[in-house]
Amino acid sequence: MEASKVIHAIYTDDDVLMSAVKRVKSERYHIEEIYTPFPVHGLDKAMGLEPTRIAIASFIYGCIGLTVAIVMMNFIMIEDWPQNIGGKPSFSYIENMPAFVPIMFELTVFFAAHLMVITFYLRSRMWPFKKAENPDPRTTDDHFLMEIAIHGNEAELASLLKETGAVEVNLVDKDEAH
Amino acid sequence: MYTFSKKLKTVSIALMLIGALGVVYGFMTSHKSFEEVETMLAEEASHHGGGHEAETKAHVVAGDTDHSDNTHQDNAHDALADVEHHAADEHAEHVEHVQHQIANRPWSALYVAAFFFFMIALGVLAFYAIQFASQAGWSPVLFRVMEGITAYVLPGALIVLGIAVASGVIGHYNIFIWMDPEVVEHDKLIQGKSSFLNLPWFIIRGLIFIAGWSLYRHFARKFSIAQDNADINDNRNFKKSFRIAAGFLVFYIYTESMMSWDWIMSVDPHWFSTLFGWYVFASMFVSGITVIALITMYLKSKDLLPFVNDSHLHDLAKFMFAISIFWTYLWFSQFMLIWYSNIPEEVTYFVTRFADYKLPFLGMVVMNFVFPLLVLMNSDYKRIPWFVVMAGIVILCGHYIDVFNMIMPATVGDRWYIGIPELSSIMLFAGLFMFVVFTALTKAPLLAKGNPFIKESEHFHY
Repeated sequence: MEASKVIHAIYTDDDVLMSAVKRVKSERYHIEEIYTPFPVHGLDKAMGLEPTRIAIASFIYGCIGLTVAIVMMNFIMIEDWPQNIGGKPSFSYIENMPAFVPIMFELTVFFAAHLMVITFYLRSRMWPFKKAENPDPRTTDDHFLMEIAIHGNEAELASLLKETGAVEVNLVDKDEAH
Repeated sequence: MYTFSKKLKTVSIALMLIGALGVVYGFMTSHKSFEEVETMLAEEASHHGGGHEAETKAHVVAGDTDHSDNTHQDNAHDALADVEHHAADEHAEHVEHVQHQIANRPWSALYVAAFFFFMIALGVLAFYAIQFASQAGWSPVLFRVMEGITAYVLPGALIVLGIAVASGVIGHYNIFIWMDPEVVEHDKLIQGKSSFLNLPWFIIRGLIFIAGWSLYRHFARKFSIAQDNADINDNRNFKKSFRIAAGFLVFYIYTESMMSWDWIMSVDPHWFSTLFGWYVFASMFVSGITVIALITMYLKSKDLLPFVNDSHLHDLAKFMFAISIFWTYLWFSQFMLIWYSNIPEEVTYFVTRFADYKLPFLGMVVMNFVFPLLVLMNSDYKRIPWFVVMAGIVILCGHYIDVFNMIMPATVGDRWYIGIPELSSIMLFAGLFMFVVFTALTKAPLLAKGNPFIKESEHFHY
């Protein structure tokens, strides 16, 4: 892919950023990415991002965990070696179920939590030794950066961004495709 | 200002009248003579075939209505050993036992329904105090609804205590056998507890609880109204309300525990559980929150609460969901610990429930846990009124059955049924509850506008 050009608009206030996002969206420009030092409440809605489905994934993982617990203990305690341990009824799963509930609960939570976190890492491409994608180190401290791709309209876009309160507007060559 | 609509008033009065008729009918049909019960049992035996005979012989009781203890088992063993000699005695005892159970049914039905509606009001009172003590910013728009519901605490609690006492004084010790001096005379275990479980002390304790709860309710309401009329910068009434809420919560958690020992656990005077007070608390808390949500949605549907939005409903539904799970946690902890160790003197509690109440006992877990868990898990569904109403109705029915399961096995045993006495008792107290609550709602504007958090609450969104 050929090197594309993007424009970086830097803001110093999240309220200014929010109104800038609304303005840019209403002018029908496509915002590539926004870098912020902390979560800005309502930014995803203003950008028109789709809601996350990670809760649904977590629910499914929980169901898997519950199934694992049931199948495991049914095999070990009931089918494979149904010993009499302290008079507990190991004739069928349901008869001895109360004793298994703590494990069923914990495995459900374990699967739901851990697999959800791993899913989050995979989907957001985060792992150790990963090269940081930050275009400007100041965005981890006290600056907000909006990245917009340009297609030969840089002059009008730059003036629009200046108008919305950007403290800096930079034209950047972006070589890596993402 | 809210006006009690004519239609709703008619409904509540009709419920009370029909309920009262049914309750009277229940009492009139529950006094069976020895011979009547004898023929009834004989008929039942012939329906069931021969297998029932051995079963009834083993079903011996100590004393009159006492049937959940280990002396029961000792007696049964002895009795079986020389079953020939005692067959006639046993038969008489069995018939008498069943006769008592039948006589207990309308009393217990009335008591269960009275307690259920009272506990809703008390649960709301605790929730209300928590909102003040934690200075919640989302809930002040709902305070007047909560204050309306808590108006039922005083009459409701007096009725519950009244029925409890009347069952011993007017009735024939139909709910609490420890009130019966004859039973206590032959029962070492109850004798040991009689310094706590005796009628005068029971009444005094009950009155202290009720006085504490009603005093808090009275002053919280008074300060809430006074804050409405106070100057905009004058928060003295709110601060007073905050302080008494903190004090009340301490008083409440002690008295609620003791109330649950007195009014519920003592129906099985041989049994005890440390967790019981919390368990009853979870039940009343979740029912109370559910009723707040239902009444809020009702008033909102009439356009009387324009300042209540989806997010308030969402928060209430979250509480319904979370406290349902909390209830299950306590229910299961109580059940599992007793099931696991299987100590005879405490496991009889669950043995009788499992043997005779399988459907309500397990059904209530489905209604109070599985159903709300699956229905209220999704964040979007918690904002849809009809969804929350549906979940709320199931939760309330489930918690009625919860109270039913706590009282009935000790009083009517396997002679239970959800029939006219039970349903009409529910109608009677549902009518009374509606009447008291909606009358209280007419007494003040539906927005507590003086509350310092009211602006935040009106703009609350999640």
